[in-house]
Amino acid sequence: MTGYIFRRLLQAIPVFLGTTFLIYFMVFAMPGDPILALFGDKTPNPALLEQLREQYHLNEPFILQYWYYISGIFQGDLGTSFSGQPVADILLKTFPVTLRLAVLAVLIELIFGIAVGLVSGLRKGGIFDATFLIISLVLISLPIFVIAFIAQFFLGIQLELFRTTVGNGAPIQDLILPAIVLASINFAIIVRLTRSSVIETSSLDFVRTAYGKGLSRNRVVPVHILRNSLIPVVTSLGADFGVLIVGATVTEGIFNVPGVGNTLYQAIIRQQGPTVVSFVTVMVILYLIVNLLVDLLYGVLDPRIRYVK
Amino acid sequence: MSNNTPGKQPSMPHFVAPLEDAPLGAVDSVKVAEKKSNLWIDAWRDLRVRPMFYISAVLILLIVTVALFPSLFTSIDPRECILKLSNSGPVAGHPLGFTKQGCDVFARIVFGTSTSLSVGLIVTLLVAVLGIIFGALAGFYGGWVDSILSRAGDIFFSIPYILAAVVIMSVLSQFRNVFVISLAIGLFAWPSTARILRSEVLRVKQSDFVMAATALGLSKFRILLRHVLPNSIAPVIVVTTISLAGAITAEATLSFLGVGLPPTFMSWGNEISTAQVDLRTAPQTLIYPSLALSITVLSFIMLGEVVRDALDPKARALR
Repeated sequence: MTGYIFRRLLQAIPVFLGTTFLIYFMVFAMPGDPILALFGDKTPNPALLEQLREQYHLNEPFILQYWYYISGIFQGDLGTSFSGQPVADILLKTFPVTLRLAVLAVLIELIFGIAVGLVSGLRKGGIFDATFLIISLVLISLPIFVIAFIAQFFLGIQLELFRTTVGNGAPIQDLILPAIVLASINFAIIVRLTRSSVIETSSLDFVRTAYGKGLSRNRVVPVHILRNSLIPVVTSLGADFGVLIVGATVTEGIFNVPGVGNTLYQAIIRQQGPTVVSFVTVMVILYLIVNLLVDLLYGVLDPRIRYVK
Repeated sequence: MSNNTPGKQPSMPHFVAPLEDAPLGAVDSVKVAEKKSNLWIDAWRDLRVRPMFYISAVLILLIVTVALFPSLFTSIDPRECILKLSNSGPVAGHPLGFTKQGCDVFARIVFGTSTSLSVGLIVTLLVAVLGIIFGALAGFYGGWVDSILSRAGDIFFSIPYILAAVVIMSVLSQFRNVFVISLAIGLFAWPSTARILRSEVLRVKQSDFVMAATALGLSKFRILLRHVLPNSIAPVIVVTTISLAGAITAEATLSFLGVGLPPTFMSWGNEISTAQVDLRTAPQTLIYPSLALSITVLSFIMLGEVVRDALDPKARALR
């Protein structure tokens, strides 16, 4: 196991350097002079220009600039937002809200997704299965902002079950509707994964053996079938996190949740390029860490994976 | 089989039929009782009986027709707007009502179709080309080629492609058009296609016919092009259909976020984006473009799903 963890960590280093390099490169390929842009229409003093260029290392080669940026990240300097606030400070303020929303969404999608997937898989071809196959197909097809607007319109405005925007301090009851919206796409994916995995596992020999030993259905289904069917679901959580990041940006924007996603959403809407980039970088780093953790968890759950080179 | 059956001794005078009696060509006319069968014929047989295939195919045909000849479906100019009718409901001749600017909602949807579809097609083409090049070379040549190409793919794979597109579109804010947005989406969407093709090529590479082709002295590149690739392309076709749906969603999401196509473009994402503030007062301006978008995405995903089931015998067993 130690060897596996070590190998996996070693593999993560070039990917981390590569992704940050790519994002950094994209921004520096940006047409126009960022320093000149600071002054708008005014003609700045050339000495001042030179000083600013010196301060932001803009006269140095691209690779060196990237180095300053990377070492800054490791020292907790994630850049400065458009309004002059350090990105790290904004993150500290908004992250708890997003974490609450994300945990709620992941709980909803896991509990309902696995339950529906299990029942569908055990009763393959039944009415329940057919209904949820169609529902999951529709949910996968609907872009997240459409789901958000439909939920806001029918559940919020017409039925008045939920508040359409999140109030001060983001209390948990206000977060339920955005969390359901955020969970909907991954819910569909988890239903389908669990279903096909349950069908596949049910036909394996050890399940037949378990029934043959005289074990009851109540024991075979949770212990033998469900546990072995969950491995693909766990692996998919890493990729799901990517959906969650993009989804959180849109949902938090629409429901006005004061979280990380909303900050990114506002920055995109107001076209504040540098803020967008620093937030995207943070999210990509988070995405890499989550995927690394999922891979390690996968190694714990499925011993075979540790020995594959 | 044994040779001691009486009358079938190898020493018989006419053990081999003389060429005049049975010319070599006769061998070709051996009648095989079974129907001809390969992956594609099997898949077509499976598709032919599935209603979902016909539903999605008809819908896609209809959408493509709308995109190519929008004026066949509406005679109203989508750019002719009457501000007096802002956000008003349906009247005769305008079945879906009016937008905030007083334009006909139905006409805007019809004329927006080609934008969404062309973004989808360009992205898909880009993803297919990049994915096939990277995946095929990595899987077929292995070794250091594989290491370099696969790690490069990992890097692009690690950035969720909508986030990457947001950055690219923010950087290229002066050049927002159909090609740039397609490039922004496609540049980061190809690694999943490459991964799938790579594992498929790795599998096909072990086949006997590849060894036979090697034994015949064919060049490696020719074997890849003529023998390995055609036999490993099936999963790529499935992924490509589904990625077309993903690209249409991505364009709408980017336009919705305001980093997509400029507002002068008629696209579903732009319609939804401008309508969102009027959700309470004029829901029709938001619901109908969303419906058009969702039906289009759904048709491509449905097509991808039935084709996947048809091409994958394992998936067929799971049904």
